[in-house]
Amino acid sequence: MHDLILTIISKYNYWIYIVLLMIGLYAMMVKKNLVKKIIGMNILQTAIILFYISIGAKKDGTLPILLHTHHTGHHLVRAADYINPLPHVLMLTAIVVSVATLGVALALAIKVYHQHGTLDEDEIHARIRK
Amino acid sequence: MKVVGLIIILLCGGLLAYATTDFPNWGDPTSPAAMHVSAYYIENAVTDTSVPNIVTAILADYRGYDTMFETAVIFSAAIACFLLLRIFTPKSSQSRLYRHIATGITLRIEPGGKLPEKSDTFERIDSSWVPHDLIIKTACRLFIPFIQIFGLYVIAHGHHSPGGGFQGGVILGASILLFAVSNDLRSTISRMGEKLTAFLCSAGVFVYAGTGTLCMLLGANFLDYGALASLLGVDPVLARSHGILMVEIGVGMTVMAVMVSLYYILSSDGKLNEGL
Repeated sequence: MHDLILTIISKYNYWIYIVLLMIGLYAMMVKKNLVKKIIGMNILQTAIILFYISIGAKKDGTLPILLHTHHTGHHLVRAADYINPLPHVLMLTAIVVSVATLGVALALAIKVYHQHGTLDEDEIHARIRK
Repeated sequence: MKVVGLIIILLCGGLLAYATTDFPNWGDPTSPAAMHVSAYYIENAVTDTSVPNIVTAILADYRGYDTMFETAVIFSAAIACFLLLRIFTPKSSQSRLYRHIATGITLRIEPGGKLPEKSDTFERIDSSWVPHDLIIKTACRLFIPFIQIFGLYVIAHGHHSPGGGFQGGVILGASILLFAVSNDLRSTISRMGEKLTAFLCSAGVFVYAGTGTLCMLLGANFLDYGALASLLGVDPVLARSHGILMVEIGVGMTVMAVMVSLYYILSSDGKLNEGL
């Protein structure tokens, strides 16, 4: 029992991302409104972004920006002192790309609304089958 | 459907939670992600590129290809939105609405009618009625220059402090969106037209790919900024930092223009006459 609580506490970042990912997936699968599906997709992307960022964290690590490097000459930089910059780079581009995909998805939703006069999935299906 | 979806998602969450037991703990400095290539980046970024911000160094130098294609992705997103929604309608065929500022009386002028001259007594308004909002307009007019200066600073100083092309581009785009929200879409487009945004979208990707090609022409690999040393008159390590700056400016241009053009097209339903 004590081990279980310790596991839950020491890995709390993963529980947050799992919950967010489940919320996003649920919205994408179950919600009928297309805009709600798009928002679900965005929540899912946010979950993945948080997952990557939390992987990069290190205890007692600071920002991956070095201080006073130009003039003091070369001094040893220890990797354990700085948090992992690689997930930050990957997610930096992923955030911008998620905005771009959100734009395209909304444009498609507007197009669907023009075509069918509704954003409800069931009504669109009924209109297509008619 | 709801129950089936819920069961699938609970199953998926259960699998993820089960896999989590093998994951490293929060903040573990010996986690697998921190052991291999990232340690090299942290220890050698400054000696390789003379850029203290390791995130920027990786973004634009070590993973330059990746970032170039990310820029191309958002560029193609703007093009996709344009092709999906843009409709060209003749300007003169619609009726226009004008407001007499002093009294608040609205005039509707049918096509062919005489339009009031440009003056302080009348202003053109959108077809959905909007209140006359002097405070919002004045406050935004005061804020926007500072936001833009800050955006330019974030792009140009991305080597030494948190920042870079993506962040600065988003801040610059947000300043123009703030103008569009506080005033109206028409006056925004008269200041930053559709052609300008399209030009900046493509010019940013061109600057990025052009920097890479310039390195190739100087005899190095694509995006190997060390080759710019002979052109810029500095040593190869410092030339990398200058090459990163050139690339970041390209990224900033594309990101800003994509944000603005996405807003233009989505908010006005592709007509670009009146928006939110």
